[in-house]
Amino acid sequence: MIQIPTNATLLRELLTGFIRNEVQKTGLTKVVVGLSGGVDSALSAMLAAEALGPGNVLAVLMPYKSSHFDSQVHAEMIVEKSGIESLLVDISPQIDAYFEQFPGADSRRRGNKMARERMTILYDQSARWSGLVLGTSNKTELLLGYGTLYGDMASAINPLGDLYKTQVWALAEAIGMPQVIVGKVPSADLWVGQTDEGELGFTYREVDKLLYLMVDQRYTKPELVAAGFPERFVEDVAQRIMASQFKRRLPVIAKVSQRTIDRDFRYSRDWGK
Amino acid sequence: MSIRVAIAQINPKLGDLPANLGLYEEKIRLAIKERAEFLLFPELSLTGYFLRDTVPSVALTMKSVEMKKLKQLSREIPFVAGLVEESADHRFFNSSVYFEDGEVRHVHRKVYLPTYGMFDEQRYFARGDRIRTFDSKFGRMALLICEDLWHPSTIYLAALQGALAVLCPSASPLRGIVDDQVQDDNARYWEMLNRVYAETFSLFMIYGNRCGFEDGVGFWGGSEIVDPFGQCIAKAKYYEEDFIVAQVPFESVRRKRTMSPLLRDEDIDLTINELMRIRERPTQRKVVQKFKNSKVQRVEKAKGRKRQPSGISRKVQ
Repeated sequence: MIQIPTNATLLRELLTGFIRNEVQKTGLTKVVVGLSGGVDSALSAMLAAEALGPGNVLAVLMPYKSSHFDSQVHAEMIVEKSGIESLLVDISPQIDAYFEQFPGADSRRRGNKMARERMTILYDQSARWSGLVLGTSNKTELLLGYGTLYGDMASAINPLGDLYKTQVWALAEAIGMPQVIVGKVPSADLWVGQTDEGELGFTYREVDKLLYLMVDQRYTKPELVAAGFPERFVEDVAQRIMASQFKRRLPVIAKVSQRTIDRDFRYSRDWGK
Repeated sequence: MSIRVAIAQINPKLGDLPANLGLYEEKIRLAIKERAEFLLFPELSLTGYFLRDTVPSVALTMKSVEMKKLKQLSREIPFVAGLVEESADHRFFNSSVYFEDGEVRHVHRKVYLPTYGMFDEQRYFARGDRIRTFDSKFGRMALLICEDLWHPSTIYLAALQGALAVLCPSASPLRGIVDDQVQDDNARYWEMLNRVYAETFSLFMIYGNRCGFEDGVGFWGGSEIVDPFGQCIAKAKYYEEDFIVAQVPFESVRRKRTMSPLLRDEDIDLTINELMRIRERPTQRKVVQKFKNSKVQRVEKAKGRKRQPSGISRKVQ
């Protein structure tokens, strides 16, 4: 049986240390996080509250009129439980104003627009509140490209980016997140009835095992098939990773000079910090 | 001889020499206050680790003002600093320098520069080419930096040259989560290595790791001193800043070596002979021959002779 290790005690220490360290380095003390009511953003917010103190975390709730009612209830539950600051911004007027000009837009376009609208709000609140934008994308989403570029994928620091969804669940449970949030069906809640697993065509628990062996343990395709994964599933996931590589990189820059940013002009982000 | 050894498990600022020099001074003062007689700083702790293109800007020559300052500080207490050293011919080394009584007594240039996975050292640094011990006022020691120790030949050479203690400045990143284990998997491996080396070579392992984060990469701390019996006699906290001081009784090296004289029995000639033989092993020879063949072929071609199929010529040779 494939078991993805989740040492909750160690992860908790590591991730709170990460948040504290990387925030303090910038000279700031606070973070802003978009709280959807889902397990990922709830975990990010709770870890930040533990790392920085609840008064240093601003959760921004940004529902659209079609968002599931439970989403807001669950987000408020996290706010209350962890004692963090919160702000409610209804994004319906700005979304609707835009799509009045493009009434034929499909749900994908609308969903991506909402994710990016939320990003602009978070970055504005970041300036208002002097806090870094805290990321909530997990490793499963990042590898599969299941996120909106410059939308929910945008952040300054992300404590969850190296955790598979399976690990997010385990850690969330270990730090005492309400079961109603940990246990619910994952959904980006971008349109009514949307579920991540329905859209992806497989469950997170299945794909996490595959990704763990493929990415972390460097299993080859024949080895993955021998380990019991259907060949088509392996191919599909490998294809998704490759096709979404652009989402994990900076925009492509045409090389002209001797030193091009990120190619031969190489500095750590924490340069001087 | 018994000395009080201190290890400063610090979190330097990436690429900020003045700030880190200040941190060094602070820890040197603390070591003196704690009546330590020797202080170990981690690998590249005067500069930060993931330096990338800042390497040339933080590099120190033997004549740099910072180097003078470090020498001056060593009048009060001998210490090992981790820094970027620039040679006269402008190569940059990941070096650790032993300062004592206002002088540089020893420089170790990291030999094994990890360049795989998350590491990129060989892109930025030149490779050291020697493993030497040095005589400190406390006895003979060796300095080996982090990855150097993942190659057992380095500590083997240090032990054969009479090191009583191996000083290991490290910048070891946390990676690999394992269930039911207090530390990450890299820390577990290092701790095992330090104990095995200390006991196998009957010497002290004085391991100084850094802490803090650089671009999301955490360093696991956990600095430690392991005695020749494999016992950890001092341990710093994992993942956060710490400063540990412990009495290091060098005489226990004698006791351990009396009980198990493994180093005395080491057959150097056998090792050398076998290494010579291994160096001539067929796979290596093939590469050399292939190279010779291609040269021969080029010459023959130039002379207008008919080329032999390369497979045949290789068999003939």
